[in-house]
Amino acid sequence: MSYTAWILLTGALVGVNCGLVGTFLVLRKMAMLSDAISHSVLLGIVGAYLVSHQLQGPSMLIGALIVGLLTAFFVQFLHQSGVQADAAIGVVFTALFAVGVILISLFADRVHLDVEHALMGEIAFVPWDVLEINGVTLGPKAVWLLGFVLIVNLFVIIVGYKELKISSFDPEMAMTLGIPVLFIHYVLMGMLSLTTVASFDSVGAILVVAMLIVPSATAYLWTDRLSIMLVLSALFGVLSSFIGYIFAAWLNVSISGSMAVASGVLFTLTFFFSPKHGLIGKWLQKRQSPTC
Amino acid sequence: MKPLTVNQLTVAYQRQAVLEDVSFSVPEGKLIGIIGPNGAGKSTLMKAILDLIPRVKGDISIYGKPYKQQRHLVGYVPQRGSVDWDFPTNALDVVLMGRYGHIGLWKRPRKEDVAVAMQCLEKVGMTSYAKRQISQLSGGQQQRVFLARALAQDASIYLMDEPFVGVDAATEKAIIELLNELKAKGKTVLVVHHDLQTVRDYFDWVLLLNKQVIAAGPTEEVFTYENLQKTYGGKLAFLSPQHVVR
Repeated sequence: MSYTAWILLTGALVGVNCGLVGTFLVLRKMAMLSDAISHSVLLGIVGAYLVSHQLQGPSMLIGALIVGLLTAFFVQFLHQSGVQADAAIGVVFTALFAVGVILISLFADRVHLDVEHALMGEIAFVPWDVLEINGVTLGPKAVWLLGFVLIVNLFVIIVGYKELKISSFDPEMAMTLGIPVLFIHYVLMGMLSLTTVASFDSVGAILVVAMLIVPSATAYLWTDRLSIMLVLSALFGVLSSFIGYIFAAWLNVSISGSMAVASGVLFTLTFFFSPKHGLIGKWLQKRQSPTC
Repeated sequence: MKPLTVNQLTVAYQRQAVLEDVSFSVPEGKLIGIIGPNGAGKSTLMKAILDLIPRVKGDISIYGKPYKQQRHLVGYVPQRGSVDWDFPTNALDVVLMGRYGHIGLWKRPRKEDVAVAMQCLEKVGMTSYAKRQISQLSGGQQQRVFLARALAQDASIYLMDEPFVGVDAATEKAIIELLNELKAKGKTVLVVHHDLQTVRDYFDWVLLLNKQVIAAGPTEEVFTYENLQKTYGGKLAFLSPQHVVR
């Protein structure tokens, strides 16, 4: 496969993963928790490196998973102890992220990771970092990592679809039915941590938030069905990364930056032109039925 | 055996007692109104019965056993404002959620469950709205969907938190007909209710609550001007005895 094809595939996988997980974040009004976890997983990555001395798939996933879940747990704990939810998020992720930054600068000579790379990502380097087993090259590591996370995400969403739906729509009702709402919350936070860390290399900690939230928020304006929103959200994610790549190649600018901008443009167009929820659609509906 | 027994229940939010030493039990097959001023702990009582909030002390039993063992016997209609009606789902889907307890964890709804959900929508006169997105329903229609969802639970006891708030007269009438149907089938229905003028028409039995139980019993015995004064304190100035006693 060519260099461009690998980048497009990586971008598409980021788009699908982020779109699926992001849908539930948007519906649960937890968009900012993705901001928190995307930053604090940096500590997980550094921690995993210091323990295992490698910046590779499995150890990185485990490190991110642990710190991601810790972030969610601390936020929940502070919130339940009377701290406002947004303040709890702000306190927890900045603290954990800062520890990560300090660890990086402390072991800068040993950790092949800089803060800028972690924040912005560099999808252009992805095709060169390939997985090799017994001398056979099997494609970029990022693709394998993202592919594995996609399988996890799809598995959870397919098996737990009705539980995710009811605990997002009406958590109290879900609890009265004996559905493990808190467990599902942490499973979702786990999926978010895995998705974030797998997308890290490609788009970085800041822009992964764009890929998580913007395509989902766009899909929300197009449909009234959860299943369709999931598909559309993934689709918008893929579309954003493709359009972003084309523009980046044309203008010779940051690929991940263009991807995020493309998702923003898709959202803006939807915001105005979506038939049901767009501003113009709403205006037309009003004109057609002047009584209301 | 009594459908619901609450024994010395105390619930507190951040050390502030919301319910104090609440004890009562309700008879089977009655429509029961839970009456009290704002902040009396009516919704809190329902949530405590459903094990949604921790209690400081006390026991609650549903047909003699704790809630956790009796979930399938209890149907719940939360306040309409407790959910986001812009959620991307339709009326039928929401009613189907009432079947989730029967379907079991991680399993898919079967055809029978969809059929039951459709029957429940029919009972509340909402068949033609099954595929309608829930934000496009009126307040009364949303309340009917919630009611249909509780019906889909096929329970023995129903807990309803202010089902008459913000609904049109037709819906109120439809709901009360439905409650009477449930009663005729031997179900026990507890309703948090605000409108004192309709209490005598709607309920066989009332629980007057203001952090503590003021009185509990058959409506004609308990729903008296004196008890209401005790329940509402000075806030009852607008209500004259003839509202209550006819």
